[in-house]
Amino acid sequence: MKFVDEYRNSQVAEKYKIAIADTITQPWTVMEVCGGQTHSIVKYGIQELLPDSLTLLHGPGCPVCVTPLEQIDKAIAIAGLEKVIFCSFGDMLRVPGSETNLLTVKAKGGDVRIVYSPMDAIEIAQSCPDKQVVFFAIGFETTAPANAMAIRQTKLNKLRNLSFLISQVIVPPAIQSILESPNNKVDGFLAAGHVCTIMGYEEYEPIVKKYQIPIVVTGFEPMDILQGIYMCVRQLESGKVEVENQYSRSVKKEGNRTAKNIIQEVFEIVPRKWRGVGEIPASGLGLRKEYVDFDAENRFCLNIKFEEKPSPCISGLILQGIKKPRECPEFAISCTPENPLGATMVSSEGACAAYYRYQLTPK
Amino acid sequence: MCLAVPGKILSIKKDDPLMRVGQVSFGGIIKEVNLVYVPEAVIDDYVIVHVGFAISVLDPKEAERVFSYLDEIEHTIQDKEKSE
Repeated sequence: MKFVDEYRNSQVAEKYKIAIADTITQPWTVMEVCGGQTHSIVKYGIQELLPDSLTLLHGPGCPVCVTPLEQIDKAIAIAGLEKVIFCSFGDMLRVPGSETNLLTVKAKGGDVRIVYSPMDAIEIAQSCPDKQVVFFAIGFETTAPANAMAIRQTKLNKLRNLSFLISQVIVPPAIQSILESPNNKVDGFLAAGHVCTIMGYEEYEPIVKKYQIPIVVTGFEPMDILQGIYMCVRQLESGKVEVENQYSRSVKKEGNRTAKNIIQEVFEIVPRKWRGVGEIPASGLGLRKEYVDFDAENRFCLNIKFEEKPSPCISGLILQGIKKPRECPEFAISCTPENPLGATMVSSEGACAAYYRYQLTPK
Repeated sequence: MCLAVPGKILSIKKDDPLMRVGQVSFGGIIKEVNLVYVPEAVIDDYVIVHVGFAISVLDPKEAERVFSYLDEIEHTIQDKEKSE
């Protein structure tokens, strides 16, 4: 496939491996923000190509992983109601809530449907006028334009039987939260290429300036990640810090203006809780008042008593780059993708699931 | 979740700006994709697609950079070796 195969070339990878090894003179820690990048790194064994002095940490960029327990519990409560069709991306079905998960609700007879796009929920709502259809609108900035468009179309088409359970989060406040943490070990970031395809990278410039830390907007194929790491190491070694754009075939400095305008029209910035991390100020998107009629949390008066129970899962520490999956005593013992203790083992982009799938043998 | 895949636009069905959709081929698998966020896209362009929406048109010149950049690195290393 064009724009895929050429970025998986082992000879090119070897050249980047040498270039990185030739450039690095001291230990550095680089965090890839996006779970899709984590997946590529583990799948293609990119860590094996890097010198021992370079540590890669896996960041919080997996929306399935960071969707807070309360939102999962709300989803489960709504999905169990009669005359409700609950639509979700497939990844969310096995994420554990306080007591159960969406897949169990489905197995017990709940009408839970996996959809590919939020626009599919519109079609379902149009063809089932006697049911209330709810879409679980999760995601980072990459998914926000699709969710925003579905919400906008719902209002335009006056669809009274479709609403959205929102769990939209945004990347820059999470990066800042990691940098503010006393446990922070990160020297440089690979920013998420598809998030920046939408948002551009101007909003990372103040972060680079304030924290004096390189940020390289990076793609998802092995060559992209190796080049992104090389650019980041080169900045660290030279002492120069800036936002660099490795993924320039898709990312423009200003992002995708049409998409940003529709996000702006539908959503506003709100505080959001991140699973395992806690609340981060101004780190999420919520519906603007013109669209609150389509908020599932308003439509279904949910009275959920939420109580976080103690769990051996350390996914919060993994999402912040403080621990790696193999440092968890439950990893691959009591916690597996079939029986996950936490979200990082559920989503294919969660760091634990990626390690389980591709790197079970200890390093 | 932010997985997005490049595909080639084979045809564009509607030119209503809000409902602009096209047939996009992903290595031979053809799917209908919403093109509302890439108003500049034309047939034969490659677009990055996420949950049914094209979010960017791939720039073929910039796509070469990952390889030309390597040549630049090699030149730099050679120059460094020469000066040593």
